[in-house]
Amino acid sequence: MRRHLPVLVTTVVFLLGFLFCAIQYPNIASTRVVMNLFTDNAFLGILAVGMTFVIISGGIDLSVGSVIAFTTVFLALAIGNWGLSPGMAFVLVLGITALFGAAMGAIIHHFEVPPFIVTLAGMFLARGVAFLMSTESLPIDAALYQEVASFSIHLPGGGRLRIIGMMMLLVFLLGGIVLHYTRFGTNVFALGGGRTTTALMGVRVGRITVAIYMLSSLLAGLAGIVFSFYTASGYSLTGVGVELDTIAAVVIGGTLLSGGAGTMFGTFIGIMIQGLIQTYITFDGSLSSWWIKIVTGLLLFLFIVLQQLLTHLARRATTGAGEKDTQARP
Amino acid sequence: MSIVLPRKGSAQIGAFILILLINWLVSPQFFDLRLQDGRLFGSLVDVFNRGAPVMLLAMGMVLVIATRGIDLSVGAVMAISGAVAATLADSHSIVICLGAALGVGLLCGLWNGILVAVLRIQPIVATLILMVAGRGIAQLITEGRIVTFTSRDLAWFGGGSLFGVPAPVVLAVVALVVALALVRGTALGLMIEATGANAEASRLAGIDTRLMTVAVYMWCGFCASLAGVIVAADILGADANNAGLWLELDAILAVVIGGPSLFGGRFSLVLAVLGGLIIQAMNTGILLSGYPPELNLVIKATVVLVVLLLQTPRLIAFKDRLFRGTR
Repeated sequence: MRRHLPVLVTTVVFLLGFLFCAIQYPNIASTRVVMNLFTDNAFLGILAVGMTFVIISGGIDLSVGSVIAFTTVFLALAIGNWGLSPGMAFVLVLGITALFGAAMGAIIHHFEVPPFIVTLAGMFLARGVAFLMSTESLPIDAALYQEVASFSIHLPGGGRLRIIGMMMLLVFLLGGIVLHYTRFGTNVFALGGGRTTTALMGVRVGRITVAIYMLSSLLAGLAGIVFSFYTASGYSLTGVGVELDTIAAVVIGGTLLSGGAGTMFGTFIGIMIQGLIQTYITFDGSLSSWWIKIVTGLLLFLFIVLQQLLTHLARRATTGAGEKDTQARP
Repeated sequence: MSIVLPRKGSAQIGAFILILLINWLVSPQFFDLRLQDGRLFGSLVDVFNRGAPVMLLAMGMVLVIATRGIDLSVGAVMAISGAVAATLADSHSIVICLGAALGVGLLCGLWNGILVAVLRIQPIVATLILMVAGRGIAQLITEGRIVTFTSRDLAWFGGGSLFGVPAPVVLAVVALVVALALVRGTALGLMIEATGANAEASRLAGIDTRLMTVAVYMWCGFCASLAGVIVAADILGADANNAGLWLELDAILAVVIGGPSLFGGRFSLVLAVLGGLIIQAMNTGILLSGYPPELNLVIKATVVLVVLLLQTPRLIAFKDRLFRGTR
């Protein structure tokens, strides 16, 4: 029960928030707005799935925003200038991003460098390469892009479930299955609980680490593809600061930043909460966009304090009340 | 307070001189200095002048990292204090304006410090909150506009000079000297290093580790706000969106270059500042050489990786084995 409390709190906050918004602006409670929530946050959601794996394993990936930028620029050039078919370009870019993530994971494991510094370097590198390829906003006009943009499933109430929204839901579903119902997922949780213990249990820590960062970068590449569908262009400045939005969503979703605990469903709710804040501010009209950052920061703070409180209580319950809290810092 | 720099920092000094020489090869007038309107000008002066904000940030960051922390919010704090300074500059005296801007920086540091030391939140996460919300707060202060000002007093902090030396450089050097005196002239530095090396043992030895931790974050916030004031004074305005953007990464990079350890326990203020100068010298060199400035990020990434890999235990062990073999 206590294990699921953070997710429960997040879900209640989301439902209450949605209710609050819907009472003020009844139009928010329509399939149209909800489906737009999916469409507008599709790339963020896909990133968050990868980030959930990384954070549960006790790591962090700061490079995802830059990988999106690299992907969109690469796609624009590959399709527009080099004459590749979109499908070929997708395969190529996903291969490159997966390799990139695997390299980061290998450095983290083999050289024992903290993840946030390695992925920081990765962030510079991916953004720098994107800049070097092109600093202009390049349009992508392939037939596939128009088809993707025009296709949608109509829902009662005027809502449209678009392809990129469907892709996000599918990634969340698959991510949830892999995280919670496979051996790999269990290993990820174990790694977050304790690296040495995991290694002693016979898990091949190196392989898992490489796989986790590979997955995160691969999903960042996929998010880049989704983002290029969303904007039909490639631009090296896209996704600045997105890594932080993603981390915030994962944390708000109840995943412990020190690793070892979290759920994919919570991350989904975290993404929806961020989308809801944005939608509310758009509906209100008088509130300025910077309130998004402030409210997100505030929520982040509240959830982190809640997590801290819960871990503290859990520790007291296991070690006996009154014992001094001697938490080792990472 | 003995100067042990040449032995410890030979690699960094060598790298700095090498980069300056490369810059000189790329642009022959690199070392040219000229005095104009009572202020020194030239590419070399520019390296120090433009590098001042990162030097300040590195000074703050190095102490935080020495306690095994990290401060991701420095860029946002720069934006906040720049916004405060620019908003108050024309309506209040320079003392109030500066006091408010630096006070806000100290407050931000206090907030980070409390989250880390009292609530025991991981430093990355604790400062992430202010990093996300801080830029929003800065935009709240400027109401989303770029606030400009005309106050000459405040403008001095960006474009003024003292005995021909640009004001930002003067401020950075004064901050460095004060920090060195405080940290190396007293036992403070030792206590900070002890906190980073083993917080629990230090606490049992009678060091108030909480106070140390809060103090280093406040110092970091102070440095960041001074850097923010300099940047705002330089452009005669506060841009809440772009002031200090990415600079937290440069500050961390400067500390990484300055070594010796990213995992707490030992630190060198001078080498961290030198790390900041190295970054700026690379920036200037790329600009002078005519290569696209976009190359900058790729080079920075490569430098971080190379420096980090050189520091890893595995490689050091390998190097030792190699040297033993040849001996």
